[in-house]
Amino acid sequence: MKIGVVTFPGSLDDVDAQRAVRIGGHEAVALWHGDHDLRGVDAVVLPGGFSYGDYLRCGAISRFSPVMSEVIEAAGRGMPVLGICNGFQILCESHLLPGALIRNDHRRFVCRDQRLRIENASTAWTSAYAEGDEITIVLKNGEGGFVADEATLDRLEGEGQVVARYLDGNPNGSLRDIAGITNARGNVVGLMPHPEHCVEELTGAGTDGIGFFTSLTADWLATVSA
Amino acid sequence: MPKVVVDVMPKPEILDPQGKAVLGALPRLGFQGVVDVRQGKRFELEVAGEVTDAVLAQVHEMAETLLSNPVIENFEVRVEQGVEQSA
Repeated sequence: MKIGVVTFPGSLDDVDAQRAVRIGGHEAVALWHGDHDLRGVDAVVLPGGFSYGDYLRCGAISRFSPVMSEVIEAAGRGMPVLGICNGFQILCESHLLPGALIRNDHRRFVCRDQRLRIENASTAWTSAYAEGDEITIVLKNGEGGFVADEATLDRLEGEGQVVARYLDGNPNGSLRDIAGITNARGNVVGLMPHPEHCVEELTGAGTDGIGFFTSLTADWLATVSA
Repeated sequence: MPKVVVDVMPKPEILDPQGKAVLGALPRLGFQGVVDVRQGKRFELEVAGEVTDAVLAQVHEMAETLLSNPVIENFEVRVEQGVEQSA
């Protein structure tokens, strides 16, 4: 499958994400924030970094870049979209996912190997895992605190839209220890920690992240409307 | 030239770590008596021509769309007349 990875001005992890896509068995297609088309990709990854310098709010400017109009439209048709870290922030700013990400409650940048529990293994990006799997991947953020109002949190929990939860302590003040969420359809996933850094034994904290890049199936793509 | 000012503040129920940092710094500098600090943003928009209701409606739209994130922030729009010296 062809998976597009968007580079915004200030993206950091786009090349790592492309590499993870290839290790996951797919073709990586570089997309630029100024692109007006998605070059025929089957899915899109919005990588981590500090797009547009985090000006205004993290992800706020990126959300209005030309390529995001295409991504939002395609996500509406069911195209799988994975937002990692800054990508998660962009998905929330785009209202493709509910809630928002604010500055860590302890006000420090956190960089560590983070244990997570996979809570939903039926999304487009997590089907390679089993519900309840515990994985360790890299976490690095300054504004990773997931917030939403109580009603939204209850709905996310009730509908199984919490994709991953922090274990061994909450690293950033995220409400209900939420590390990642999905939309109702399960094609859009936002995750604060970085699976793309954990796909090879040589670097990083093991290979627990690879599942995010091997989950996409032809069955999933068949559900995307034309 | 008239300015339209948009003040954006984190919603009361949203944690404001930056405000907390400022609150913590004040007593260290010898400033007493402040019990809470909330930090927001102020946007000053200079507009061409008169600030009509249509202009204000557009600024509201800007504030909702880009200047604030309604999930975590509230905003207020007001007009600030330029300081003009009377002769």
